[in-house]
Amino acid sequence: MTSKSRAGKLNRLPISPGMAILDLATIILFVVFMIPFGMVVLNSAKTSKEIIFNAIALPSDWSQLAVNVSLIFNNPTVDYLGAFFDSILITAFSLLVIILFSSMCAWILVRNKTRWSMVLFMAFVAAMVIPFQVLMYPLVRWMRVSGDFMHIRLLGTIPGIVFAYLGFGSPLSIFVFHGFIKNIPYELEESATIDGCSRSRTFFAIVFPLLQPIIVTVLILNGIWIWNDYLLPLLLLGSNGVVQTIPIAVTAFAGAYLKQWDLILTSTLIAMLPVIVLYLFAQKYIIKGMVEGSIK
Amino acid sequence: MKQNRMVNILFVAPCIFAFVMIIIIPFFFGLYFSMTDWNGINNAANFVGFNNFRNLLSTPDFLYSFLITIAYTILSIVFVNIVSFTLALIVTSKLRRRNFYRAGFFVPYLIGGIVLGYIWQFLLNNILVGIGNSLAITALQTSFLSLPNSVIWTMAVVNTWQYAGYIMLIYVASIQSIPASLMEAASVDGASYVSRVFHILIPMMANAFTISLFLTLTTSFKQFDMNLTLTNGGPATRFLDVPVKASQLLAMNIFSTATANRMAEAQAKAVVLFIALLVVSLLQVSINKKKEVEM
Repeated sequence: MTSKSRAGKLNRLPISPGMAILDLATIILFVVFMIPFGMVVLNSAKTSKEIIFNAIALPSDWSQLAVNVSLIFNNPTVDYLGAFFDSILITAFSLLVIILFSSMCAWILVRNKTRWSMVLFMAFVAAMVIPFQVLMYPLVRWMRVSGDFMHIRLLGTIPGIVFAYLGFGSPLSIFVFHGFIKNIPYELEESATIDGCSRSRTFFAIVFPLLQPIIVTVLILNGIWIWNDYLLPLLLLGSNGVVQTIPIAVTAFAGAYLKQWDLILTSTLIAMLPVIVLYLFAQKYIIKGMVEGSIK
Repeated sequence: MKQNRMVNILFVAPCIFAFVMIIIIPFFFGLYFSMTDWNGINNAANFVGFNNFRNLLSTPDFLYSFLITIAYTILSIVFVNIVSFTLALIVTSKLRRRNFYRAGFFVPYLIGGIVLGYIWQFLLNNILVGIGNSLAITALQTSFLSLPNSVIWTMAVVNTWQYAGYIMLIYVASIQSIPASLMEAASVDGASYVSRVFHILIPMMANAFTISLFLTLTTSFKQFDMNLTLTNGGPATRFLDVPVKASQLLAMNIFSTATANRMAEAQAKAVVLFIALLVVSLLQVSINKKKEVEM
C-alpha cells in the first residue's frame, strides 16, 4: 500500500458500529463464496497423494500445477486441447449466426406490421417454455433422418450443432432484439428509404449499428449458455466423437480418472479460466447484459 | 414493393427454418413418440395411446424423482431468493468495495453446472470430510452427499451458490430503480431499517420477485448438469418398497431411462415434466402479477 492511500484512509469519516459489523459479515460471506475457487487452485497444484494426505494445506511445490496442466493437454485418452478449440469454434460461430439472423428477423417482425409478424413473434415467445428434455431425443432422430435426406451430416459436426444453437438461441434473442428495435425511431429508416437506400442496406447500414448495446446483451446471454452447455453437445456430438466440447472433455476426464482429483480439478480449472478472465475484462458489460436479458 | 417482400422473406427465413427444424418438428414428434413403443435401438414406433403415461403412475422411481424434484425446487427457491435478496441489500448499501462484492458474488454463475458439480463433489467428499476427520467432528465425517436425507438439501445449497449472484443482479437493478428519497423520507420519520425494507422496498420490488421466482423455479425444476456430476443420482434409498436413487431429479430420471433404451417411456416422462412446469410457472406468474397489482 502506498503512503498516499494510507493517508486517505485515515482522513475518512469514522465508520458507524453497524457499518463495521456489516463490513466484517460481508467479508466473511465473500470468503465463504470464494472458498470453492481457492480449493480448486490449491489442489490443482498438488499430486494425487498430496491431496489425499491433506487437501486444505498449501501445495508444497507450485510447479506441480504446470505438471498437471501438461498431463491434461498431453493426455492420450481425452483430447482436451482439441475440445478446447472446438468449444471456441462452436461458441463463436453460434453467436455469429444468432446475432445476425435474430436481429434481421426481429427487425422485420417489428417493422412489417402484419398479422403474420404477430403470429410468428408469439410462436417464438411461446416456444421458450418448452423444456429441452421434451425435444432432445426426437431432435437427434430428426437430425439424423433429415440430414440423410439432404445428404448433409448434421450429427457429429460443427455446422450441425451451430444450426441447432441457432434454433434454440433465436427465440430469446429475437425477443430481446424485438423489444429494443421497437424503441428505435422509424423516421431514421424512412429518410434513408427516401434517399434511395434499399431495404437490406437500410438494415445493415443504419439499424444494425444502432443495435450495438443490445448485441452485447445477446452475446453474453447466449455465450455463457453455449460455452457451458453439456446435454446438447453430448447428444449431437457423442461422448467420443471427433468434435468435442470442454464440458464433455471434463466429464470424460472424470470418468477415465476416477477420484484422481489432481487431474479432475486441474481440468475444471482450465475449463473455467477463459470465462473468468473474460469476465474480469468485460465485467461491466456482462453484469449489464445479464440484467437486461432477464428483466425483458 | 415486390422487392421489399422478397427482402422480408429472406430476412426471416434463416431463423424460421432453424426454429421449425430444431424446435417445432421435434416438439410434435416428441408428443407423438410419448404415445408409441419407440425403443431407440431401431426406428420402429407403434402407436400405443396413453399406455406410457398410465404406466408412469406405477413406476416408483419416476414418482420418487417427481416428488424430490418438487422438494428440491421449493428448497432452491427459498434459499436462492433469501440469499440473493440479502446480497442485493448488502451491495446496494453504503458499504466500501460494494461494486467489488457485486462482481465477485456473480462469478459462480459463470462456470456452468458440469464443472461446478465436480468442484463441490470434491469439497463435500474430501475437504469437509477431511476437516471432520482431523478435528474429530462426527457430523462432518460422513459426506452430506452420501446420506439420502441430506443430499437434496446439499444440492439446493450448491444451487444457491451458483444462482444467488445472478438473481442478486435482478434485485439490485430493482432496488436502484426505486427513488432513494423514499427510503430517506421513511428514515427521517423514524422507521427502522427492517420496517423500511419490508414496507417500502419489498412492495416496490414486486416485479423483480415475479422474475426471480420464475427463473429459480424453472431452472431448479429442469436441473440436470449439476445433478449428474455432483451426485449422479446417488446414494441408494428405498421408495414404495423398491430401491431408487435418492437424488435422481426428473431431468436425470428421463436421461437414464433413455440411456437404458426405453425411449418412449423417457419421452412420456419429458411430456409430464413439460406439463408440470407449464402449469406451475403459469400459476406462479399469475399469482405474482395479481400481487403486483394489489401492491
